[in-house]
Amino acid sequence: MTDTPAPRHIPDRLDKPFNSAIFSWEALLVAVAVAIFAVNSFASPYFLDAWSLSDLTFNFTEKALIALAMALLIISGEIDLSVAAIIALASTVMGMAVQAGAGTPVLVAIGILVGLGCGAFNGLLVTRLGLPSIVVTIGTMSLFRGIAFIILGDQAYKGYPPSFAFFGQGYVWWVVSFELALFLVAAAIYWFLLHRTSFGRRVFAIGNNPVAAQFSGVRVGRIKFILFCLTGLMAGIASVLITSRLGSTRPSIAQGYELEVITMVVLGGVSILGGAGSILGVVLAAFIMGLVTFGLGLLNVPGIVMSIFIGLLLIIVIALPILWRRVRRERFT
Amino acid sequence: MKALLKYREVWLLAAIVVLIGLISMRFPGFAAPGNLRQLFNDTSILMILALGQMVVILTRSIDLSMASNLCFTGMVVAMLNAAHPAIPIPLLIVIALLVGLVLGAINGLLVWRLNIPSIVVTLGTLTIYRGATFVISGGAWVNADQMSPDFIGLQRAAFLGIPVLSWIAILVIALFFLLMTRTALGRSIYAIGVNPTASVYAGIDVGRTKFIVFCISGMAAGLCGYLWISRYVIASVEVANGYELNIIAACVIGGISIAGGIGSVGGAVLGALFLGIISNALPVINISPFWQMAISGSAIILAVVLNARGERRQGRIILKKAEAA
Repeated sequence: MTDTPAPRHIPDRLDKPFNSAIFSWEALLVAVAVAIFAVNSFASPYFLDAWSLSDLTFNFTEKALIALAMALLIISGEIDLSVAAIIALASTVMGMAVQAGAGTPVLVAIGILVGLGCGAFNGLLVTRLGLPSIVVTIGTMSLFRGIAFIILGDQAYKGYPPSFAFFGQGYVWWVVSFELALFLVAAAIYWFLLHRTSFGRRVFAIGNNPVAAQFSGVRVGRIKFILFCLTGLMAGIASVLITSRLGSTRPSIAQGYELEVITMVVLGGVSILGGAGSILGVVLAAFIMGLVTFGLGLLNVPGIVMSIFIGLLLIIVIALPILWRRVRRERFT
Repeated sequence: MKALLKYREVWLLAAIVVLIGLISMRFPGFAAPGNLRQLFNDTSILMILALGQMVVILTRSIDLSMASNLCFTGMVVAMLNAAHPAIPIPLLIVIALLVGLVLGAINGLLVWRLNIPSIVVTLGTLTIYRGATFVISGGAWVNADQMSPDFIGLQRAAFLGIPVLSWIAILVIALFFLLMTRTALGRSIYAIGVNPTASVYAGIDVGRTKFIVFCISGMAAGLCGYLWISRYVIASVEVANGYELNIIAACVIGGISIAGGIGSVGGAVLGALFLGIISNALPVINISPFWQMAISGSAIILAVVLNARGERRQGRIILKKAEAA
């Protein structure tokens, strides 16, 4: 959304590196994560156990995988609300393939390709026709999930091959699940892509000023298109993981995930107005959301009450630095 | 005539007439006055919500928390009614408006005072308000037999052959029309959407106006909280789950630009009506209701594509029209 930017405060000199590290968003998130971890360890005796902590990762890795790509998309000034619907459609198509007798490798390929295709469809509408992404993806969100409903109705697909279960339920090494390992690898790749390549610099440039980026020789349309494809691709991968973990497909699968993914990205310090953010922040935010939900779950707090904590966390973590800056500015001017 | 065709509302109205015509070819009773009245009544709640959302979107903001606000307010009035059936219904409606107002004001304050983007604020309050509904109700439902007959019956009572629910919608539409076309506040709302910086120089308090639009959308959601619960006679945490996107869809189909500054009361009403027709017509013409989602999705995409062509002309000269008239 294009809210009015606040008048910018220009300091006389930059913060010292130590200060800027201490007051960085990531430092704030680490502090929050440590605090939640500590509270959880005191609150429940079951929390500090390798297997509990491993279980903890299952409730956020799938969303966090999408959040990685979504972070790049939001930094570039766009958004994709259709990711959960893409999961539903990809899962439905995989279910159809199972009925047709497809094996595990084919299923995985289908899930990922459907995701990629949906992302490309969003990307084409946004970049070719110049439409606002928030509206386009509200539309495709209904369209993609709607197609899943047309195909499945109130039925469910089951009967996935046993070898397919590995992606959502298997472990790579000791307590490290396949999902967690995949997320860590993907996070490293996205970190490299955003912070160490010229592609990443261009994403930031587009988010800060698309017109200036265009005149500087950045192919704005193409890069945005690639970002939509990446987001679709990650949603496809997440679809494979969820379908494998649940072992069945309903058209209502992953309902409401899109808002959780965006919450994760924003909590991770990515500016919803575009142009700023880091992968480290998003990874930390993913762990924080996982810790909160899992810790409260151990205390028998119902899921819907947990969502209050996530909502409060989102608003407080965003509001704190703003209040902090305001206090500092008032002191120095 | 040519001047009329410039308005997208006219096109949308034509599309709706064609749609109704097509449906009545399959099912002749669809265009009967009785059924159209029923259609309007069925869409009333969505219309009120879309109007509330419209004023927010016009200022380049968005309110994702409306459905959760509706759910919370609906639970509050339903529990009040169940516990104290003696409270008169008009008072309950005032309470619903006030509760909605408070929830909207929380959004508005965060946007105004802390300058947090509205999409972030309302994404947070979306989950908070629905969670709060669970907290106040303890997860329990309020069922039809716990509600007083007046609570359920008021909106169904007919006045001049039209249900009270429809009258409320007509009243709200009229109020919004007056607000947007006859008041300084309405003019400021458009001005902020077209150019926030210029609005500041023109002496408009942008932050305060944004606060007010969130209060308005909150009140609309609060009013619909009562209307929804008394219509579907069940209050639970799941009420209107995910409905926030339907509201925005109605606005988008109604030609309200998500970039702010473009949109009208007529557009929001027609957009809601369009979605209402689709959901009402599908069972009538024997199409599985499972098609509804995909059809509304396609309608949204089509509407954005068509609207985008009109929006290429940057800015809108508001006073030229008045000059010519």
